Amino acid sequence: MRCRPGSICRRSGSSRVSAREAILGRIRTSLRRADGDGAAERVRAHIDAHAVSPRPHITGDLIAQFRDNAVRLLSTIAEVPHVRDVPATAAAYLRAYNLPMRAVCWKALRLLDWVNNGILMEERPARATDMVGVTEVFCAIAETGTLMTLSGEHTPPVSSLLPETHIAVLRTSQIVPSMEEAWQRLRYTVGEMPRAVNFISGPSRTADIEQTLTLGAHGPYRVHIILVSEGDSRV
Amino acid sequence: MQLTSHQFKTRSREKLADVNLQGALKKLQGNFVKGRSDRVAELENFPAIRDAAADIRARTLANLDVYLEEFERNATARGATVHWAENAAEVNRIVCELAAKYAVKKAVKSKSMVSEECALNDALEAVGVEVVETDLGEYILQLAKEPPSHIVAPVVHKIKDEVSDLFAAKHGLPRKTGIPELCKEARDMLRGHFVSADMGISGANFIVAETGSTMIVTNEGNGRMVTTLPRVHVAITGIEKVVPTLEDLSTLIRLLPRHATGQTISNYVSVTTGPQRDGDTDGPQHFHIILLDGGRTKLLGGDMQDMLRCIRCGACMNHCPVYQSVGGHAYGWVYPGPMGSILTPMYVGLENARDLPNASTLCNQCGVVCPVKIPLPDLMRKLRERQFEQGLKPRRETWGLAAWRWAAQRPRIYATLTKTAARVLAAMGSSDRLIHKLPFGGGWTSGRDMPAPTGLRGKTFRELYQARRTVKS
Repeated sequence: MRCRPGSICRRSGSSRVSAREAILGRIRTSLRRADGDGAAERVRAHIDAHAVSPRPHITGDLIAQFRDNAVRLLSTIAEVPHVRDVPATAAAYLRAYNLPMRAVCWKALRLLDWVNNGILMEERPARATDMVGVTEVFCAIAETGTLMTLSGEHTPPVSSLLPETHIAVLRTSQIVPSMEEAWQRLRYTVGEMPRAVNFISGPSRTADIEQTLTLGAHGPYRVHIILVSEGDSRV
Repeated sequence: MQLTSHQFKTRSREKLADVNLQGALKKLQGNFVKGRSDRVAELENFPAIRDAAADIRARTLANLDVYLEEFERNATARGATVHWAENAAEVNRIVCELAAKYAVKKAVKSKSMVSEECALNDALEAVGVEVVETDLGEYILQLAKEPPSHIVAPVVHKIKDEVSDLFAAKHGLPRKTGIPELCKEARDMLRGHFVSADMGISGANFIVAETGSTMIVTNEGNGRMVTTLPRVHVAITGIEKVVPTLEDLSTLIRLLPRHATGQTISNYVSVTTGPQRDGDTDGPQHFHIILLDGGRTKLLGGDMQDMLRCIRCGACMNHCPVYQSVGGHAYGWVYPGPMGSILTPMYVGLENARDLPNASTLCNQCGVVCPVKIPLPDLMRKLRERQFEQGLKPRRETWGLAAWRWAAQRPRIYATLTKTAARVLAAMGSSDRLIHKLPFGGGWTSGRDMPAPTGLRGKTFRELYQARRTVKS
């Protein structure tokens, strides 16, 4: 059935309920489910346990593993001791790639000394025409070299998506072994799921034409990670 | 998508003769098959991870109603609206109604095979909504007015020159020949659509019961655009895609990209939960999730239930010698390869896709590489049995089997018949002791010769067996 121009596509409240009830009813019949068979309790218990399944053993130097895996997925990495070193490192990167010395950043980074390092920085969400976006991350995953960002009032996801270049500021203390630890960290430190959790593993890419890898399909052509070791007792 | 599965044999013949397609399929084997094998080899405890993934999917299906209700409760609590659709027509109706409600003029889509099941683009265009596919492969297919031929690499059947011609004709810009230039041109064209669209339509690789979230993986970033920029987001997915927790999701994400594209992880894994929050400066104001049955409950509770574990990685088709030879279009619907040979007959009716369960040598490459351990050859064999029971096999095959059954139950007649057959076959062998052409078996002998029975007059198995026993004693 199609909705035709000019015709009325009306769906009564009752038919919505009936599709729901019909589908759930068929599932219960097929699974031979009986009331009070304990399925609800089993499901609750499984969810509350947040059990972790077998996975690769990520031990040892998490920072080194993160670095290796991120580079393998074509992110680039610079390492600095202090957050105050970030603007100079970002400026050096932009110059090296002949990129515009003009960027937008998340609120938490606005007070760094951008101007004396030659970068014209604006604190606002990126627009489609912005060329460079600078963000922090929530944490990073050693297993795959992945950045994890959370949406929020001061952490707009568009800034890591629309610009051609994404510069991410990551503290070494934010690196966790696997995605499972990232979720735990989210539960304990934030509590609630933000609207969007974005895992980013290098520049946007496509291999749709003749299986040939090409960077910068829709998102950034370049992801540059500035790794800050300040305040990390492990370093 | 228009169902043409009944033309499998005709289409297969065409595809075998298509030089461009054959080249493209070779490349697919090189990249995806080798990629998967390399990425799996890196996981020292891969068998345990795979067992866990299969177990997560099986456990969820065994309690599917409870997990779906849990998902609905949590998604609704975070401001999303959950719709249930019995079939493709209901999905289209719901999306068209949402488009009318929010005064949508343009919708951008990230790749969704469920929306292909529904032929959603046609429905939206019929109510005057402009629909733009944003996955590069799907965008090319939309311009070319062709269906996808692979669930992960939809445009694998096209070569670069075809894309160059297509873009030049449709975009009205100078013809580009380099792949990076073609990608850039598509990026520029689509960027305008992303920022001007009113509605974003996505699928969902998984939905998470614990949080009411939907998740998609993309490499291009179009999935992020579609779920972030337009003011309305509609996610459409099958009811079987639910997983219990974020930990379970992590296990499945560990296997999906490895098996799909040979990547350790897709570039963007995006988990979205509800619409824009207070203070957010981006994200959709309205978030709707449509859960489609579309034939899925027919697989529950019976001998086909294992198929619902499928996570749509495409490894089964990448490794299938039949898919590798004929490509995806021959299968005639949304899902090609071994998984499609089961899903298509189950969703659209066994009588409409008779050839598909038989389009396999049952070599079990697909079963071996399936990340969630679906016994694909067993399921295809069960469908063949159902075809026989329902009288859906070709008459010659049904009669042949009936005749064999009759004879096999009568040992003397069977012995006489086989003896005659062995003599006749022996006489048919040419000087090289090979039979080059077999009556009723042209399909077999057109590709290879059949060795004639040994001995001048031809002996049956029973005769040879008897002879050996006599010699020994």
